[in-house]
Amino acid sequence: MNLSLTLNGKLIQDDIPADMVLLDFVRRHGCYSAKRGCETANCGLCTVFLDDVPVLSCSVLALRAAGRKVTTLEGLQEEAAEFGAFIADQGAEQCGFCNPGLMMNAIALFRENPDPTEDEIKAYLAGNLCRCSGYEGQLRGIQAYLAWKKENRP
Amino acid sequence: MKTVSQPIRKLDAMQLVTGQPVFLDDIAPKDCLVVKLLRSPHANALVESIQTETAKKVPGIVAIYTFEDVDQAGPRFTCAGQTFPEPSPQDRLVLDRHVRFVGDVVAIVAGETEAAVDKALKLIKVNYQVLEAVLDFHTAKDNPVLVHPEDNWEALCPVGADNKRNLCACGDDRYGDVEGVLSACDIVLERTYHTKACQQAMMETFRTYCTIDTYGRLHIISSTQIVFHCRRIVAKALGIPKSMVRVTKPRIGGGFGAKQTVVSELYPAFVTWKTKRPSKLIFSREESQIASSPRHEMEITVRLGATKEGIVKAIDLYTLSNTGAYGEHGPTTVGLSGHKSIPLYGKAEAFRFHYDVVYTNEMSAGAYRGYGATQGLFAVESTVNELADLLHMDPFAIRKKNIPHEGDQMPAYYGETLNSSTLEACLDKVKEMSGWDEKFPVKDMGNGKVRALGMGMAMQGSGISGVDVGSASLKLNDEGFYTLRIAAADMGTGCDTTLAQVACEVLDCPMDQIVVLGADTDASPYDSGSYASSTAYVTGKATEQCALALREKICALGAQKLGVSAEDVTFDGKAVSCGDQSISLADIATASMCGNNIALEATYSHSSPVSPPPFMVGAAEVEVDLQTGECTLIHYSAAVDCGTPLNPNLARVQAEGGLLQGIGMALFENITYTPQGRMMENSLMQYKIPSRLDSGRIDVAIVPSFEPTGPFGAKSIGEVVINTPLPAIADAVYHATGLRFRTLPITPEDIVLGRLNTKENAH
Repeated sequence: MNLSLTLNGKLIQDDIPADMVLLDFVRRHGCYSAKRGCETANCGLCTVFLDDVPVLSCSVLALRAAGRKVTTLEGLQEEAAEFGAFIADQGAEQCGFCNPGLMMNAIALFRENPDPTEDEIKAYLAGNLCRCSGYEGQLRGIQAYLAWKKENRP
Repeated sequence: MKTVSQPIRKLDAMQLVTGQPVFLDDIAPKDCLVVKLLRSPHANALVESIQTETAKKVPGIVAIYTFEDVDQAGPRFTCAGQTFPEPSPQDRLVLDRHVRFVGDVVAIVAGETEAAVDKALKLIKVNYQVLEAVLDFHTAKDNPVLVHPEDNWEALCPVGADNKRNLCACGDDRYGDVEGVLSACDIVLERTYHTKACQQAMMETFRTYCTIDTYGRLHIISSTQIVFHCRRIVAKALGIPKSMVRVTKPRIGGGFGAKQTVVSELYPAFVTWKTKRPSKLIFSREESQIASSPRHEMEITVRLGATKEGIVKAIDLYTLSNTGAYGEHGPTTVGLSGHKSIPLYGKAEAFRFHYDVVYTNEMSAGAYRGYGATQGLFAVESTVNELADLLHMDPFAIRKKNIPHEGDQMPAYYGETLNSSTLEACLDKVKEMSGWDEKFPVKDMGNGKVRALGMGMAMQGSGISGVDVGSASLKLNDEGFYTLRIAAADMGTGCDTTLAQVACEVLDCPMDQIVVLGADTDASPYDSGSYASSTAYVTGKATEQCALALREKICALGAQKLGVSAEDVTFDGKAVSCGDQSISLADIATASMCGNNIALEATYSHSSPVSPPPFMVGAAEVEVDLQTGECTLIHYSAAVDCGTPLNPNLARVQAEGGLLQGIGMALFENITYTPQGRMMENSLMQYKIPSRLDSGRIDVAIVPSFEPTGPFGAKSIGEVVINTPLPAIADAVYHATGLRFRTLPITPEDIVLGRLNTKENAH
């Protein structure tokens, strides 16, 4: 079936099978940051934005995105580098496989709520699993980034 | 120190956080054949016949392989990534007519698209002769049903294995007169503990792709911790020379020991070798859960004798370990259940450690962070917690009376002398961090909930003494930058960075002056691989020595260029000098590429005769809702002695991550089977690894010691960190509920049912 959508600001047209999920679609178009970590919508590794709202791309049919705007971490490199540096300064990226999904959801959180409490951070990101870090270093990185942002806010 | 012990950012950090394509499925060629596996629905069966003709007709299908394509009488092998000759029995074929667990491989299907392969899998017709299965590991030994009845089964090492008794290993290690000492003790406790075949559940499942290289050789690119073992195992499995195989690893999305076993490599290797076309196999999460290499299920019985003052005088420990359908890591994991738990009790005059490792028709076990020590420490530490309770002693106080100290010889730890330990300081630190004196044992919160504390200690090793080989190669390049080549596997642990920190410290240079090439059997010097807590300690020492050797060569060439003797020069990282004469490193590098006979390259291999133990102490504060049984971890306090932390940030995150895996084992992660042998927790929906809402607050303190045999005083950290939560949480739950749970995980249902049973018994 024919699908056209905007992927990271670029109009894409493709002929795809009707059952293709958005995760496989974005990877097919070179956006490898989105990962598959499970088949049961449990892990959060495949998080992308659909019209700026975070979704699990493993559970969204690509055709659902017809005519809409899809954003992956490839389209948010500046924000990823700015925020990611704070995760890196904790050593909390560890294996890195869950990082892109976490980055996407964290960026969504910061846009929605620029000054979240610790509980709000944990609740918003609860669906982003990580097996390496124990989450503490990620939390330290997020809080350090938010403090830096607050200081540098115009 | 300038680089060692500094909180330096990982060399690959920014690539990872910005989501660059560095993992296996990001870099595999797009025209790879897709490989999938048809798996057995039966726990024990013989394939009577298999019909693949219809499936082969699906457009796009390139090959389907079954047991008929593999010599059933040929040599067997093990998939355990261990130094040859592997202690694990040689009990596998690539495709075996006899399938031994639900999920065992029946056929390999390769096709041009995933859709074609999925369709073909459904069209393969298999007739099974279903056999009775061994599904209770208590009855496995000497069971009339044999998991491995075949005659080409082979054990290369004397580990007490006997396939005609369902034994993967057995042994009996004694020191002193255990029965005599026990009979003279004031108190003897006998307790049995049970832990399950928990999954590493790294976020990146098992995956491999293969191609044929320029020279017609098989190139395996795999998410593996063990490139060299992988080369040897795959070559043996395929019956081809080792020279025809190359193994490299890209970034690895987590391992925790899972990828110390050849889990996914054999099948695409088989396809690519046969078809000469690139192929890839990406395990689904379900496959990763049901057919991989998890922790060994163990049941451990501890008989512990002590004086009424709380001095532990003797420990008799029996471990029954379930290796599942194949013997990967069976004979070795069990050893740690005794050898890395008993030595914590340094006053013991006698010990006995005996064990049976049995085959069953369940998924084969493998290596998981902690490697048997986790299970043994749960048993021993829990028994000591019960002893403290019976003697009305503080759990910290009883430990202090028993722990080994620097300079002590440890009979239960291969007779090694303890060269470095801050275990006592770790005890003090955790007691303070946890607010133990104010909070222990229990506080009623007045809302139907209680908060309670529990603790535990742990040790591990640093590499396998006399076995593990760590190596490093360093060379100097244009403008004076260095290349470090290793075969230790950075799987997120950061060893590319920590080893570079060691090299930079010796070479007096900043981190941006070094690049690291990790794990390629064609290019890296031999290294056993990253497992057994060996990388920081063993490969770290090799890196330190290698850098010293390169310094000498740099000085030699610099002296030659200055026209002075090599003994008379100094090197400060930037230049080689003699008096007021000097030549810069960049000029030496340039000189090395013109009319030069001194190779500015060094390789060093290192093996250690000892395996210095890192130590850890942890305390858990839990809140239990007595109505619902819900148990929430509020706070986990831990202190670790890893010698000198090579990178305090990375050491801390290793500790935090390992603790949460231990917390998962204690409270959430369960593995259960149906009566037919089908594993129930086959997705992350059923197998609940902790989310960030489950982890409470985790605080880690690093209490450094200095290990004289380690690089800059370092010992290991990777594994010891997973061990303390099991006994600590179980003891905290006891203090909250009065119930002793000796089987993990402890679920809300267990707590509610336990309380109901206690009430019924009271009536």
